[in-house]
Amino acid sequence: MSSSAIAQTGIRISANSLRAVLVIVAGLFLAGCATKKLPTNSNDLGLNGAAPGTHQDFTINVGDRVFFETASSSLTPVAQATLEKQAQWLIKYVNYPVTVEGHADERGTREYNLALGARRAAATRDFLAARGVSRERMRTISYGKERPVAVCNDISCWSQNRRAVTLLSTPTG
Amino acid sequence: MWKYPKSLLQLLSLCLIIIVSMSGIGRSQVTVDITKGNVEPLPIAIADFQGEGAQRQLADDIVSVISANLKNSGLFRPIEKAAFIQNITDPDVVPRFEDWRLINAQALVTGRVVRANDGRLRAEYRLWDVFGGDQMSGQQFFTTPKNWRRVAHIISDAIYERLTGEKGYFDTRIVYVDETGPKNKRVKRLAIMDQDGANGRTLTRGSDLVLTPRFSPTRQEVTYMSYEGGLPRVYLLQIETGQRELVGNFPGMTFAPRFSPDGLKIVMSLQKGGNANIYSMDLRSRQTTRLTNTAAIDTAPSYAPDGDRIVFESDRGGRQQLYVMSAGGGNAQRISFGVGSYSTPVWSPRGDLIAFTKLSGGKFLIGVMKPDGSKERILAEGFHNEGPTWAPNGRVLMFFRETPGASGGPKLYSVDLTGYNERLIPTRSFASDPAWSPMLE
Repeated sequence: MSSSAIAQTGIRISANSLRAVLVIVAGLFLAGCATKKLPTNSNDLGLNGAAPGTHQDFTINVGDRVFFETASSSLTPVAQATLEKQAQWLIKYVNYPVTVEGHADERGTREYNLALGARRAAATRDFLAARGVSRERMRTISYGKERPVAVCNDISCWSQNRRAVTLLSTPTG
Repeated sequence: MWKYPKSLLQLLSLCLIIIVSMSGIGRSQVTVDITKGNVEPLPIAIADFQGEGAQRQLADDIVSVISANLKNSGLFRPIEKAAFIQNITDPDVVPRFEDWRLINAQALVTGRVVRANDGRLRAEYRLWDVFGGDQMSGQQFFTTPKNWRRVAHIISDAIYERLTGEKGYFDTRIVYVDETGPKNKRVKRLAIMDQDGANGRTLTRGSDLVLTPRFSPTRQEVTYMSYEGGLPRVYLLQIETGQRELVGNFPGMTFAPRFSPDGLKIVMSLQKGGNANIYSMDLRSRQTTRLTNTAAIDTAPSYAPDGDRIVFESDRGGRQQLYVMSAGGGNAQRISFGVGSYSTPVWSPRGDLIAFTKLSGGKFLIGVMKPDGSKERILAEGFHNEGPTWAPNGRVLMFFRETPGASGGPKLYSVDLTGYNERLIPTRSFASDPAWSPMLE
């Protein structure tokens, strides 16, 4: 199985679960916050059903995660490109508090992986901060090797698990 | 489900009486030389213990546990009962040693289980040197009937100690992480069981991720890491009462905790941004002391048994390696120089060795080295072995071994210090992060 296939599987699941929520959330904002830059009709819902400024938009159109080399917390060019897009999006939609989760693959010992996940989360947070995302909006947490998304015994799975995920919380204000 | 009595005193009210030898002490020659690599297990006969009525079954159960303990140590070979010639009817009478010599039993254990007038159980044993024709030791114990397993372990320890000259380790417990559910949605609970896998129960409910439990060397207390409230931090748990307590109030993630040998301090890592440093905290004064100060990941600290030094892992030189520093911090010296990286060091309770996980050639190995880094030996190899813990006698180690893939998971294994006698420890589900208790008292 290729790594991109795995990533898409993950997205499809979240898209399905979000779709119903999205309609309700959009309706609530229409009623209460008409002045904000939020979708005002169904035409604003873009491809993939991801309305701009939504969790789904961030996950699908921006990309909520970056990947790392083994035992490394250096941001690859691909990761940096993703984080540039994340930063632009987060600066545009300022109401989302952010949690950056750091993860490690299973090919390390438990304690070290906790610290390595924290290092990856910190590197990701620092990059976003350097691109103008307020540090006060962002918290980090490490799960070490405890929360794998891919479970095969293969380098394709391990590379999916060496990740930092930018999670959006419920918008404030 | 099995539960410990509320009062530890009740649990520990095991009276010990030495049974005076009936044929004089001394001249015994039977011993197990455990300094060699692969020892030939000592043939030992464990006769049925006498027991009347309700005690009959208990007597058989106690003999079974003693036999399993001695066999699992790898140092003894209990002889099949079918081979016995003499039927021991009175454990107080000197056995017919010639009958036991014929089946090549080097040592013989006899005993009985009776219900005392006050309702307590009285279990007694005698250990005989078959070829020396002598009683080597004899003791009796009083306890509540539901503590029969502990009595069996204590008798096992007495036999082990008398024949090997080393402390036993059977009357101990293991705290570990019980793992259930699919690999990408594991539920982890703290759990505790006897050293042989019996009497298991969980200590946490599974709602919060918990990791790396470590036993107090002096109390029925565990320190561990929990994600309670979404904040990964180090906690203390009183095993008997279930009372929990946060260890310190640090601004970041605290992890990799371990007790000092006197049980009065906890040493652990504090994460700050991308780096982790080691701190100790006095559990009485709550005062914290920073012990390392680098931009690296310094973690998995473990005290020497004299409390003077700490071994830990650090990637300050690039890859994870083992370092030893003074317990007050500073003057860290690298001790691991083999091919690969080293982590999770644990100082032996005897002080003579440090156990570790080694990552080399894509494999995770369990090994030991001297505190100066010399005499490295690998005890367990394979795809993924991790997290050694020492039996209190410094003679046996336990660790977890993970099988790969979606349906894979960790299980607990024990191995002798020589690298022989590797054994799976039975657990109800996947199990990781074992930590051996001190001897129960």
